[in-house]
Amino acid sequence: MSAAAATHDEHHDHGPARGLMRWVFTTNHKDIGTLYLITALIMFMVGGAMALVIRAELFQPGLQLVDPMFFNSMATLHALIMIFGGVMPAFTGLANWMIPIMIGAPDMALPRLNNWSFWLLPFGFVLLASTLFMEGGGPAAGWTMYPPLVLQTGAALPFTIFSIHILGISSILASINIIVTVFNMRAPGMSLMKLPLFVWTWIITAFLMIAIMPVLAGTVTMLLTDKFFGTSFFNAAGGGDPVLYQHLFWFFGHPEVYVLILPSFGVISQVIPTFARKPLFGYSSMVYATASIGFLSFIVWAHHQYTVGMPIEGELFFTYATMLIAVPTGVKVFNWVSTMWKGAMTFETPMLFAIAFVVLFTMGGFTGLMMSISPADLQYHDTYFIVAHFHYVLVPGAVFALFAATYYWLPKWTGRMYDERLGQLHFWLTAISVNVTFFPQHFLGLAGMPRRIADYAVQFAEFNAWSTVGAFVFGFAQLIFVYVIIKAIRGEGEKANDEVWEGAREHGLEWTLPSPPPYHTWETAPEIH
Amino acid sequence: MDNRETNSNARLIWPIALIVIGMFGFGFALVPLYNVFCEITGLNGKVKTESAAETEYKVDESREVTLELVTALNQNMPLGFRAEANKIKVHPGKYYTVKFFGENLTGEKMVGRAVPSIAPGWATQYLKKTECFCFSEQTFEPHERREMPVRFVIDPALPENAVEMTLSYTFFDITGHPANSKKN
Repeated sequence: MSAAAATHDEHHDHGPARGLMRWVFTTNHKDIGTLYLITALIMFMVGGAMALVIRAELFQPGLQLVDPMFFNSMATLHALIMIFGGVMPAFTGLANWMIPIMIGAPDMALPRLNNWSFWLLPFGFVLLASTLFMEGGGPAAGWTMYPPLVLQTGAALPFTIFSIHILGISSILASINIIVTVFNMRAPGMSLMKLPLFVWTWIITAFLMIAIMPVLAGTVTMLLTDKFFGTSFFNAAGGGDPVLYQHLFWFFGHPEVYVLILPSFGVISQVIPTFARKPLFGYSSMVYATASIGFLSFIVWAHHQYTVGMPIEGELFFTYATMLIAVPTGVKVFNWVSTMWKGAMTFETPMLFAIAFVVLFTMGGFTGLMMSISPADLQYHDTYFIVAHFHYVLVPGAVFALFAATYYWLPKWTGRMYDERLGQLHFWLTAISVNVTFFPQHFLGLAGMPRRIADYAVQFAEFNAWSTVGAFVFGFAQLIFVYVIIKAIRGEGEKANDEVWEGAREHGLEWTLPSPPPYHTWETAPEIH
Repeated sequence: MDNRETNSNARLIWPIALIVIGMFGFGFALVPLYNVFCEITGLNGKVKTESAAETEYKVDESREVTLELVTALNQNMPLGFRAEANKIKVHPGKYYTVKFFGENLTGEKMVGRAVPSIAPGWATQYLKKTECFCFSEQTFEPHERREMPVRFVIDPALPENAVEMTLSYTFFDITGHPANSKKN
């Protein structure tokens, strides 16, 4: 310990480097966390703008604004950017900022790897965005990239695939870093079952990612060789099978949706206890529930392909396995509600988003349960019902958790209290418009409106018009969020104290540090009680 | 960071990196595994494209199965392709030969491959072909018209509830396919 103390003295004034190069060369987990979060916010706006192009075109039946090919590229890129550019980097940013602080570590275990895993991202996105300007247009076969359709993509195909490779490598590196940090860098006394739930959900997410990202990389590589090197992995003429692609893709794709949602569960499990002023109800059952969701996510993939002609045994297996996921998820929802039960609750913005998460995510979960039933799914497959379902679990699910996390930790990051009035306005506009946008899509789907089309039959006009109005309100309400963040970063607003939220000291190590925390924290490990 | 910590990081990174590499390999290993799995179980209607041995079966005259013959072309391949009949009635255990006709509608040489599929998928294993144009690539000279016979038998072990089956062929144009042009 004395050696560590000596180093500590030498580096006493070691703050961030000056100038822009600080951000390029930084190995500081807080800097990298900030970079990730800002990138995610920008990508969220870019992906959101694409969603508005989609909704604007769908405001009325007929073709008004964009041609169908461009419409399809918008749908494809909206998904890829929101998944790989919005939600995943945002959670990685939170992990970088918060995990070392929460476990009492001075930094991530592999700081230089950390720098690299971030800086791969901008290149990946530039590559992906550049496909829009290529001959033949951007990728337009949907984010699932099913062959043989996707093989008709023009010059954009190899670039889309390479950008997926780059983004995949980035998330693999980030996951390795998080696993090593949590296993090797915990403060003495911070046993695994004392870890904050956000850290727990991230370990399981990281394990999911190292297992599935390589499979995706391999699968898209097969597409590449099928197109350019004459292999026949998915080409029926050469003895391949396009359905094989769907199995490979969803072997990645289903755990991937849990990669998007598990860290959200972690965030909600941090926020609700703080504002209910009670410890989290059923901590260990939360850990086990998360682990079982992680395991089950690997054996349910074919519920995305009930219509490809699976044998009855397969349909039954995937139906029951999928329904089984409702059990651990139900445990989580039960625990969140029980945490609030008889708590001394207050309703600041993070708590509002957390409560909306619990309610609306559960609704998305219920539609998921409906679709898990394979005979019923034949009706829902590839309709707006699916669109409504996954937007309910991803927007009021993952994205609301990100909003909650931002409002919750923003005073800690910047040392300034955000504008509570604007936060509440942001919440109410967002929570109402998200329902106006996506709720009507359930009805559209049940009535048979297919997804990924630029034009539709006139009987769907009214619900689509509502949905578009909701989407535009939702989109512009996010400018309030951006404004609130910029204000806090510029140091406007009330100074936040160390604890920020009344009694938060009980709920995590981050609240015992100053707000904002110094550039280097926990150089001497904290005492864990 | 002292040495001990660096060592334990390395000890943890290697197994994780192995998982990553292993899963990359697993993705590729799934390709043959999938094919083997489909072949053994007969799931997914995957049809063997090798000829079956000519075995004598006891002909079941009491049963009659309707076999529908479907022909399709992938991506507007310029080939005239049809079967001699839309449906035929067959007795399990008896050998039949049906003729398919292919005609190259262009003035260019054309290479095609027919991919068979049988519905319902679970009946796939009972339809045995001893001779089929789908076993190999089909090369058509300009404007060539050709008969392509298929000789098959339905295994009398076919479950009783199977009264109708569909045998469909989809022709794929592989004239410009890179793997194919290398061979020529």
